[in-house]
Amino acid sequence: MSLDTKQTHVVHQWKHGKPVIACCFDPKGRYLFTSSEDYTLQRWKMDDGSKVAWPAHDSWVRDIAVLPDGETVITAGCDDQIIYWPVEGEKPEPRHTIKAHEGWVRALDVKNDGSLIASGGNDNLVKLWDPQGKLVRELKGHESNVYSVFFHPKEDLLLSGDLGGMVHQWEVKTGNLVRTFEAKDLHTYNGGQGVHYGGIRDMALSADGSILACVGLHKASNPLGAVNEPLIVQFNWSDGKELRKQPGEGVKGIGWKVEFLSDGVEICASGGSGGAYLLFFKPTEVKPFHQLKLPDTIRDMSLHPDGLQVATAHHDGHVRISRMEAKVADKPAEKK
Amino acid sequence: MKCQYSCQTGEHVLARRDFLGMLTGGFVVGGLGALATPAVSAVLQKEQKRVLVVYMAGGLSQLESWDPKPKTDTGGPFRAIQTATPGTHICELLPKTALHMDKLALVRSIDTKNGDHGKGSYQMTYGRNQMPGVEYPHIGAVSAKALERSDNPLPGHIRIPGGSRGSDAAYLGPKYASIGMNGKPPANSARAANLTEQNDALRNQFRQKVNDRFSLKRRTAETDVYTQSYEQAKQLMEKRDVFDVEKEPAAEHGKYGKHDFGKHCLMARRLLENGIPFVQISHSNYDTHNENFNFHLEQLGEFDQSFATLIGDLHERGLLKSTLVVVMSEFGRTPRINARFGRDHWGTAWSVCLGGAKIQPGAVIGKTNENGTKVIDREVDHGDLFHTYLSALDLDSRGSFDIGGRAQPMADPAAGPIDELIV
Repeated sequence: MSLDTKQTHVVHQWKHGKPVIACCFDPKGRYLFTSSEDYTLQRWKMDDGSKVAWPAHDSWVRDIAVLPDGETVITAGCDDQIIYWPVEGEKPEPRHTIKAHEGWVRALDVKNDGSLIASGGNDNLVKLWDPQGKLVRELKGHESNVYSVFFHPKEDLLLSGDLGGMVHQWEVKTGNLVRTFEAKDLHTYNGGQGVHYGGIRDMALSADGSILACVGLHKASNPLGAVNEPLIVQFNWSDGKELRKQPGEGVKGIGWKVEFLSDGVEICASGGSGGAYLLFFKPTEVKPFHQLKLPDTIRDMSLHPDGLQVATAHHDGHVRISRMEAKVADKPAEKK
Repeated sequence: MKCQYSCQTGEHVLARRDFLGMLTGGFVVGGLGALATPAVSAVLQKEQKRVLVVYMAGGLSQLESWDPKPKTDTGGPFRAIQTATPGTHICELLPKTALHMDKLALVRSIDTKNGDHGKGSYQMTYGRNQMPGVEYPHIGAVSAKALERSDNPLPGHIRIPGGSRGSDAAYLGPKYASIGMNGKPPANSARAANLTEQNDALRNQFRQKVNDRFSLKRRTAETDVYTQSYEQAKQLMEKRDVFDVEKEPAAEHGKYGKHDFGKHCLMARRLLENGIPFVQISHSNYDTHNENFNFHLEQLGEFDQSFATLIGDLHERGLLKSTLVVVMSEFGRTPRINARFGRDHWGTAWSVCLGGAKIQPGAVIGKTNENGTKVIDREVDHGDLFHTYLSALDLDSRGSFDIGGRAQPMADPAAGPIDELIV
């Protein structure tokens, strides 16, 4: 079987029972980690969908990352903390608990070699941590809450995106700010409601490193009422100029995640007042060539290391696993 | 008609308003009102009371403010923090306000049985349910009339932000209707540029001379009202800077925050210090059906700094003991968190914060259940709250206004004050 995005279909629908917030596969593909509004973390075994859940932070967990060795899972909490947990065990206990930011820790990413973990928070800071939880560097420069962080897969660079639509590129070794991409379309200030809205919800780099994709929302005519549409803004990596905008045609919601698949296609998870969609874009085209509607609202997405499966976190208390290939057999999605 | 009056008729009020309108673009000043109960008037003469309403437009979430329920199925991501009142916790989004909770009080058991913005706003600011064909005065109009002083030429009912005149005084008459302000002096209140100070003084002397001669033989209630109104308008012109928030030092602006709400809080302090009986400031917007937590984080960050500074200043300047402060919305927000991380309209179990005047500092009235879905102790509604506001001002909330010989209850007779909240 091979990647065929137009054949994407749900293969598992695992019930946690409480609204799910974030999800992340481990790099070995054995487990899916999720967090939910009941303040627990869940570890789902991909083989059989069995679940282990345990109390985690003193608040919600906004983001999850797993070190490349598959031994440590790291969680970012709205209690200002980062916690390092063992991947295995029936009742995992924290290995390191760090007061990481003043305010929510919104985003995490792990460097490919596992040597650094980046976090972004409501104190407008980006911080770098080592695998033992020691602070390595603090990066100042954002003027609004940091919504996403992303290590360049090949170069010694880190990207961080904020509520205001700014993406800073940092040199990891020195902490120097290299340049800024301005994705202003992903930020709205609504004067009538007195609110800033949008932000860089996620970033991804094409396999050849030529395109940076930033995802979020636009057309926010009523931020408090969830009237907005998902949008990807692409930048040319070499010169930093905007390449194109890729809106979710006719879909109402927020673009929560974006990934480049092995065939170069971009997948965007959108969730909001218009329901849940997986949107598929050819990287050089403006409109999605395919979209899959999923039940309930998506809040997060994670791409399995096999490149063929995606997990989505849903408000209805389910985690859904979709395969981006033709169905093996014509049978309905498994329910547990 | 000779001058034997203590006349308070609506006609006089309107006549004087029209007269002043010619001068000040519709800006009404002065006081004619009197309370039906002489005892109440006597109380008011002892000490001037004032009211500050902070209106959290759209519906502030009680769970992200005054009644947090952390680690429950409705709690959301924010934690509760200790306040200056031992045992009382509020949401961590209000750390500066928490330091002043020993001066403030909470009512956590409101059930207004309503989830409509317009009806909720009416309930909370008029103290009654809105009914077709029946008009009641806004709390600002009631306060302006009940607390007015004849020695203060400034208007009694100010709404910030705004720029127009409200229709919210009902039978109390337009004199007590709200005037919208934006931090600048009222229009047409400055001496015309082509009129020198000396000429203006000469002009006034001449007017006074003619008035005096006229009064010797033909003095009436109407002429006295005209004269008094003119004098008050003159005083207002002299006090026009009261409305100019830019007259405050830069350091004060910095303390309150340079956003609109900070400016409005600073202006509220300025107006209250100058004896204006009722000031309402609004902060917008809390109608967070979407991303409730992000938006409360943003909005309450602004609110906390400015509001806490204002409470601190009122306290330090000795004004809080005579100023009732109420932080209200049209309703609260649902305990249930919706699919878009939002909370929806909810009038079933929510809270207000109040303090100052005769409100018992540090009190917490009423209780909701573990996850905030219902009131389990001391249920109150908007009518009870309205009575409580009046009681906190040392007014008999069961008293009436005498309107053309007809007694009009100040508050809904079917409700009553929260007596245990009043010291």
